[in-house]
Formats: sequence, C-alpha cells, structure tokens
Amino acid sequence: MIYLDNAATTAVSKTALDAMLPCLTEDYGNPSSLYTLGQRAAERLYDARQTFAKYLNAARPEEITFTSGGSEADNQAILSAAALGEKKGKKHVISTKFEHHAVLHTLQKLEKHGFEVTLLDIPPDGVITADEVRTALRPDTCLVTIMFANNEIGTIQPIPEIGKLCREAGVLFHTDAVQAAGHLPIDVQAMDIDMLSLSAHKFHGPKGVGVLYARRGVPLVNVIEGGAQERGKRAGTENTAGICGAAAAFREACENMEQNAAHMRPLRDKLIAELTKIPHSVLNGDPVRRLPGNVNLCFEGIEGESLLLLLDGKGIAASSGSACTSGSLDPSHVLLALGRPHEVAHGSLRLTLSEATTEEEVDYVLSVLPGIVEYLRDMSPVWDELERGIRKHQI
Amino acid sequence: MALYSDKVMDHFQHPRNVGKMDDADGIGEVGNARCGDIMRMYIKVDHDTQTITDVKFNTFGCGSAIATSSIATEMIKGKPISEALKLTNKAVVEALDGLPAYKLHCSVLAEEAVKAAIKDYFDKNHIPYGDELAMDCEHCMACDSHHQ
Repeated sequence: MIYLDNAATTAVSKTALDAMLPCLTEDYGNPSSLYTLGQRAAERLYDARQTFAKYLNAARPEEITFTSGGSEADNQAILSAAALGEKKGKKHVISTKFEHHAVLHTLQKLEKHGFEVTLLDIPPDGVITADEVRTALRPDTCLVTIMFANNEIGTIQPIPEIGKLCREAGVLFHTDAVQAAGHLPIDVQAMDIDMLSLSAHKFHGPKGVGVLYARRGVPLVNVIEGGAQERGKRAGTENTAGICGAAAAFREACENMEQNAAHMRPLRDKLIAELTKIPHSVLNGDPVRRLPGNVNLCFEGIEGESLLLLLDGKGIAASSGSACTSGSLDPSHVLLALGRPHEVAHGSLRLTLSEATTEEEVDYVLSVLPGIVEYLRDMSPVWDELERGIRKHQI
Repeated sequence: MALYSDKVMDHFQHPRNVGKMDDADGIGEVGNARCGDIMRMYIKVDHDTQTITDVKFNTFGCGSAIATSSIATEMIKGKPISEALKLTNKAVVEALDGLPAYKLHCSVLAEEAVKAAIKDYFDKNHIPYGDELAMDCEHCMACDSHHQ
C-alpha cells in the first residue's frame, strides 16, 4: 500500500510509540495523584510540556495546554479570544474562507452570539496577503485567526507579517497550525503569535492529542469544565501516553524538519510537473509557497471519489475535495474559495507525502494515474461534451 | 473499501455497457455537474417488439453512480420497454446488494436516466405516454431534492 494521505493522518512513529508504551504499562498513574506512581506520570507530563514550549519557542511551559486534538484547541482559542473581546465591547473577528471547519463552525457559533465575522476571500494562488488583513481591521476587531498552512492545498500564509500587524494594532492573533507544525519552522515569539493550535497525529504522533499555545496574558475560557488539570483551563485526567507520544513525535519532527522537507520537495515537484502534463489539469495553490509534501490538482471531466476508488484498487491511498467524499452536496469549500467552478472542484485529487515516501512509490503513482484519468474520461459525458465543444473547457 | 458491497465494486471496476451510440433511438441525460453526478444513457429499440435491444451509458460521478448506471443497463437490456419502465431505484439498490444511505440518490439517478432515454425514444417517435414516466417520489425516500 502506498500511503499518500498524510494530511489526513500519519503513521505513529517508533519514537512516539516508544514514548507512549511505558505510560500505559508502568507509569500509568494519574498525574494528579500524590504518590510516587502519580508523580512519575506528572514528571513525564512536565517534560512533554517543556518539549512543546522549546520547539515552539514559547516563553513559558505554562503557555502550553494539552487538548484532545486540533479541533478542541481551535474551539478553545477562538472562544477565549471572543470572550476577552466581548468584555471590551469588541465583537469583530477576521478569518478566511478556507479555514478548517473547526474554525469556521466556531466562528458561526460566535455569529449567533452577536459577533460579526469577516471571512477574507482567497486569492487565486491560495496565499492571503497581510495587506488584506490590515484593510479588514476595525477598531472593534478582537481576533484575527488565520491558518498557518492550508490543509487541502498546502499553501503557506504570511504568518510573521500578519502577526506583526496584529501586534501593532493590539489585536489577538491565533493561527491554526495543525498542518504546519512539525513540517515548517514555528517561533511563536518571533512571529508575534498570541495563540496557536496543533495536532499530534499530523506529525507521526497519536490521534487524540493536541496543543493550544496561548501567550501569557491571554486568559483561556474552559471548553471542558470539571477539574484543576491544565491550570484549571481544561479539565480531565491527562492522556499521559498520548501527550508523551505527541511530544516525542514533535521533537523528532522538528529536529529532522529540514532533511524531511529536502526529501519531500523534489518528490512533490516531480508529481506536480508530471501530473500537470495531463491535458486539462491544474495545480491548486502556489507551487512554491506550499507545504513540502502537498500536491493538489483538479482534472477536468471526472469525479474525485471514483478516482480515489480506482487508486485504492491499485494500492494507493489519497484524498479528494469532491462532494461525494465530503459527504455533502458541495465540493471542497477551499477549492470553491479558490475560484474553481463546482464541476472542476469535483475532479480534485490531493496527494500528501511524508518523509517515508520513496521515489519508487511516486513513479508507480505516475505510471497508473494518467491511465485512470483517461479511463474515467472515456466514461464521462461531461468530458465528451468538453471535447466536442458543447461545453467550454474551464481549465 | 468496506464502504461498498462486492457487487457494487464489481460494477464499478468492470462496468457493463460503457460507451456511446451514434445511432441511438433514445438518449437520456440526468443530473448536473454542480451536484457531482451526471448519467447519460443510450438505447436502441426494436420498433416492432418495442424491446430495448442495446444499451450504453456514460457517467460522471462516484463509485455508486457508475455502479448503478452499469447495473441499470444490465437490467433493461433485452427487455420490453413496458418492463424497463417499471425499473425502480429500489430494485437497482437490491440488485447491488445495497448502497450506503447517503449514496441512495445515485440509484434514483439511474432510474431517471432510464426513464429519460425511453421518454426521448417516445418523443422522437411520437408515441404518447402518461404517468409511467413520472418519478415515484412518494415511495422512494432517497433524497430531498425535487425531480422533474
């Protein structure tokens, strides 16, 4: 099996697994317990917190809160910033049209509570500009939340510039770094980031663990009430094993970041160069300001789910932005925000590599994909109309 | 994918009757690219016996869409039109050993494509028809959308 859906989830690394097992078998104590077994778990937790603070360059480990994942971290970050804003009479939030649903749905929740949300349009290259953010700022803006790198098209946003302008304007800046953490360098202090979300299972840690970074001075509002854990900001007995696995994975990813990227980039670029040779295909998002492992293309005249099923039949795991794969009647909101027409967005394919992806695997994909596209096009009434000129080619 | 039954996967990977017909007696096209599924069905009809002698289909859509088109063509090929008109989306789903609930609308599309092809044949040959070409929305319950 050739796994090319690392944006969806990643395999847990040996490093992470080795860090997790002792927490499950020996140091299984509740970190809040007074006796030695509990305190051993508490120490592991402390070390994990230090690790995240170090590799994010947070000023203090207390600025790291462990959650059940990126979604929870996004929810808590946004609700906290909103609560702070509301106290000051500021109820305007700026975000973008291609954020993850964990952000978008939380913003929709805020709208029901009288907040006004501005969702910035996405330029055709998939990269927001700091100027657009600046233009949208208002005296009553309490939060800007913009993802570090987009999960579907992989484009990297100008986070330090946005951070700087928010800091100057006195507006809180949160970034959903779920796809970027472990793959791109992040320095929360240098980048003027007030809050950040990340998720372990995107960098070879286990599922069910996330981190919310919040600079001291940004009070958090509880999403989960009930206990004193995480300085009273996130109740629940800590998932020590998961957290330790996450920390070990994060350390390993950050230490090997450059070589991992150096490995993936040429493979990514090879896929892009070869696959865009297929007629009436297009790359979604800037080719350079892009995550090292992300490829996202549209093939006109075919539909994504059938593409994925046929790839699966050839042992290749990938994903798509088609409606059928999203479970709704609309294709990916990211591709639509990019300006792709519905019909074109339905024919999308996302391939996301990891540092384990080999050139042989890439060559195999290149050997089967064009044939699959051709097979589906031969069967497609849409392609038939496009080729006969009844319908105009859009890409 | 455990998502789909073996029959669905078979019809998806080895679809029957894919193709176009230059001399079709009836062509029906349903669905729209906006929602992500389009089926076009071609039929050849023996005028004397009113039997569908050949069927071909082209589909833009997901695994279910391709599988339901494929099996629908098998179910009407060689049959009299009167029988083909009785094809329901439920029969299509049963023939495929079931579809996930959120894919049922694909089977509705297959039923509509068959009816659209037959209607086209009737129209071209000035054969009158009544309710038999209407969609049975009351008993179908596959989706919320309004069919023509």
